[in-house]
Amino acid sequence: MFIIKYRAVFFLLSVLLVAGSIVALVALGLRLSPDFTGGVIMEVEYPAARPAIEQVRQQIVATDLAGISVQELGERGLLLRTKELTDDQHRALLSTLAVDKVAPLEKRFSSIGPAVGRELKQRGLTAIAIVVALIILYITWAFRGVSRPVQSWKYGLIAIVALLHDITIPTGVFALLSHFYGVEADALFLTALLTILALSVNDTIVVFDRIRERLRGSSGANFPELVGRSLDETIVRSINTSLTVILVLLAIFFFGSQSTKYFSLILAIGMIVGTYSSIFIASPLLVVWEKFSRRVK
Amino acid sequence: MFKRIFWPVFILAVGTGLAYFAYSDYRPLKLGLDLRGGSHLVYEADVSLLASPADIDPAMQSLRTVIERRINALGVAEPVIQVETVGLNADAKHRLIVELPGVTDLGQARETIQATPVLEFRAERPEGAEKEAIIAEIKKVQDALAKGEAPDDIDPELISQDPYFVPTELTGRFLNSARVEFGQQALSPSISLEFNTDGAALFAQLTKENLGKRIGIYLDGVNISAPVVQSEITDGRAEITGQFTLEEAKALARDLNLGALPVPVTLVSTQTIGATLGEEALNRGVRAGVIGFVAVIIFMILWYRLPGIVAGVALAFYVALVLSIFKLIGVTLTAAGIAGLILSLGIALDANVLIFERLKEERRRGRVVRDAAIEGFTRAWTAIRDSNLSGIISSLILYWFGTSLIKGFAVTLSVGIVISLFTATTITRTLLLSLYK
Repeated sequence: MFIIKYRAVFFLLSVLLVAGSIVALVALGLRLSPDFTGGVIMEVEYPAARPAIEQVRQQIVATDLAGISVQELGERGLLLRTKELTDDQHRALLSTLAVDKVAPLEKRFSSIGPAVGRELKQRGLTAIAIVVALIILYITWAFRGVSRPVQSWKYGLIAIVALLHDITIPTGVFALLSHFYGVEADALFLTALLTILALSVNDTIVVFDRIRERLRGSSGANFPELVGRSLDETIVRSINTSLTVILVLLAIFFFGSQSTKYFSLILAIGMIVGTYSSIFIASPLLVVWEKFSRRVK
Repeated sequence: MFKRIFWPVFILAVGTGLAYFAYSDYRPLKLGLDLRGGSHLVYEADVSLLASPADIDPAMQSLRTVIERRINALGVAEPVIQVETVGLNADAKHRLIVELPGVTDLGQARETIQATPVLEFRAERPEGAEKEAIIAEIKKVQDALAKGEAPDDIDPELISQDPYFVPTELTGRFLNSARVEFGQQALSPSISLEFNTDGAALFAQLTKENLGKRIGIYLDGVNISAPVVQSEITDGRAEITGQFTLEEAKALARDLNLGALPVPVTLVSTQTIGATLGEEALNRGVRAGVIGFVAVIIFMILWYRLPGIVAGVALAFYVALVLSIFKLIGVTLTAAGIAGLILSLGIALDANVLIFERLKEERRRGRVVRDAAIEGFTRAWTAIRDSNLSGIISSLILYWFGTSLIKGFAVTLSVGIVISLFTATTITRTLLLSLYK
C-alpha cells in the first residue's frame, strides 16, 4: 500500500531521471560506432613495448594517409580509426606502424560501408517499433478477461510507457559514458536495448498478472487497495529475479570479455530501472488511470 | 515411494547424459567469427544490368556457386557463403556474405574472390618440339613425385603450360548468353552459346583454322569441355555437345553465363577478428558465465534453502539441455548469442522464483507443503506463460527484421525461453513434488 500511497514521489523520481536522460542525450549526443555510421576500425598489438603515440601520429602524418586517429588501447595496443581505407592504404598503414620492420599483430580490422551502417540503425529501430506494437496487442489480448475497472488495452499501453522509461534511462547513462569516457554505441548496445525491452515487459506482465488474478471474482470496487496488495505480494519476486540477473551481469562486467563490459553495465542499469518501473510506475499508473476515468464519468 | 525416488534419479541421469553430450566433442558447438577469429566480407551485387527481376535469383545463385568454388580452392575450412536480400522489390539490395573462419590475412582471399571468372576458348597446340618438351617436363615431375623425391631443375616456364591447348583471343567477354537445349535427335542435352558481333568474328576465324580439331573450353583455367569443330561457324552461334546429364548441362550453361559476368560485385564491408581476440572473448565469456551461474545458485540456496537446491539442479539441467539443442540444430554461437543465452538463464530462473514465492505464500495461508507446491505451480503458470510468450514474440520479430548480429541474439533467446518453459514446468515441478511427499 505504501507504494500506491506515495506514488507521486516515485513518479517524480522517474520523471526527473527520464528528463535528465533526454537532456543528456540531446545535449551530449550518442557517439555512434562505425557499426552504424560506416568507417574503419583497426586494433593492433605490439609484441613488446608500444612506440610513443606521438611518434606513431607523426609517422602517419609523414605518409599520405590522412584523417587517421590513433588511440592507446590496453598495455601494448593501439586503436586506429578512419573513414575509408583501400587495400593498398591498409598495407601501407601496417608497415608505417612497424617498429624495427616488425609490423604489430592486427587483432581486429573492420571496414563497414556507410549504407550497411545506416541499414543496421534503421532495421534496429524498425524492430523495436514492431515489438512495441505487438506487445500492446498481446497484452490487450492476454488481459481481455479483465475489462473492469480498467480496460485491457490500457494495461498494454502502460506496459509500453514503462518500457520507454526503461530504455530511455540506460540510453541517457550511455550518453554520459559516451561523453566522459568516449564509449561508442555499437551493435552490442542495440542488442542491450532489445534485451532490456524483453526483460522490462516480462517484469511488468508478472505484476499485472497478479492484479488480473485478484480482479477475478472481485468487483474491483477498491482498485487502489487491490493493486497495492498485488504489489506487496510480487515485490519479493521482482527484486529476487533482478538480483539474480544482476549477479550474472556483474560477473560479465568484471570477468567477461572487454567487448561485453559496457553491454553488461547498460543491461544491469536497464534491469534496475525495469524492476523499479514495474513496481513503482506501471501499477500505480493503472490506479491513476482508473481514478481519472471515474472522475470523468 | 518408488515414484518418488524414480523420477529425481531419472532426471539426474538424463541431465548428466545431456551435460556429457554438451561437453563432448561430438558435433562441436559452432562458434561465430567474433569468438574464433576470422573474416566476414559483404559484397553487394549490381543487378541493374539484368534484363528482368526473374533473373536475379539464378544470377545470385550462380555467383554463390562460383565464389564457393574459388574459396574452396583457397583451402579455407568451413566457409559460409550465403545470399542475402535486403529490402523489397525495386529497392532490394542483393548481397553475398562470405565468412572465412581462421582467415585474418584478407589480401589473398579478397583477390581470389573478386577475380573475374574467366571463360576461355583455346586452340589445339600444334604437334612439335614445344609440345613434347612440356609433356616431358610434366612426366619428369610426376615420376619424381611417384618415387617420393623432390623434383629438381624444373623449367617453370614449361611446367606451367598446358601441353595440349594454346590460348586464343576469344574469351567470355564476347559471350552474350549460354542456354541448355535438347537437340531433336540427341538424347542428351547440349549447350548453345551466342557470341556478340566481335565474338562471332573471332569464333568464325577460330573454327575455320581448326576444322576437324578440338577446341578447349576453359573456366578459370580448368578444362570443362573439348568439342571437335565440325564446320566453320559464322553466325556467332555454337553448340557444345557431349554426354551431359541435364544437371551437368545446366551447371555448365550457368558457368558459361558467369564467364560473361552477369553480376559485378563490390565489397561493402569487411570485418576481421584476430584469433587471439576471439579466443580471449570466448574464454572470458565462458568464465563469466560460470561465475555468474555459481553466484546465482548460491543466492538461490541462501534465500530459498531446499527449493533453492532444486532450482540449482533445474538450472544446470536447463543449461545442459540448451547447449545440447544448440549442438543438434547447429546454432552458431556469437558474443551476442551468449548474451541471449545468459538472458534466457535469467528468465529460466525467474520461473523458479515465481513458483517458490507462490509456494511460500500458499504455505503462509496454512496449506500443507505438498498442496502449497501444487497450488504454487498452478498460480504461477499464467504469469510464466504470459511473460514468456511476450519474450518469444519479441525474439521472433527480432529474428525477422534483424541483421545477422541481432539474429544470433534472437535465436539463442527464443530457443532458451521455450526450453526454460519446459524445465520450469517439468524438472522443477517433479523434483519439488518428490521432495514434498
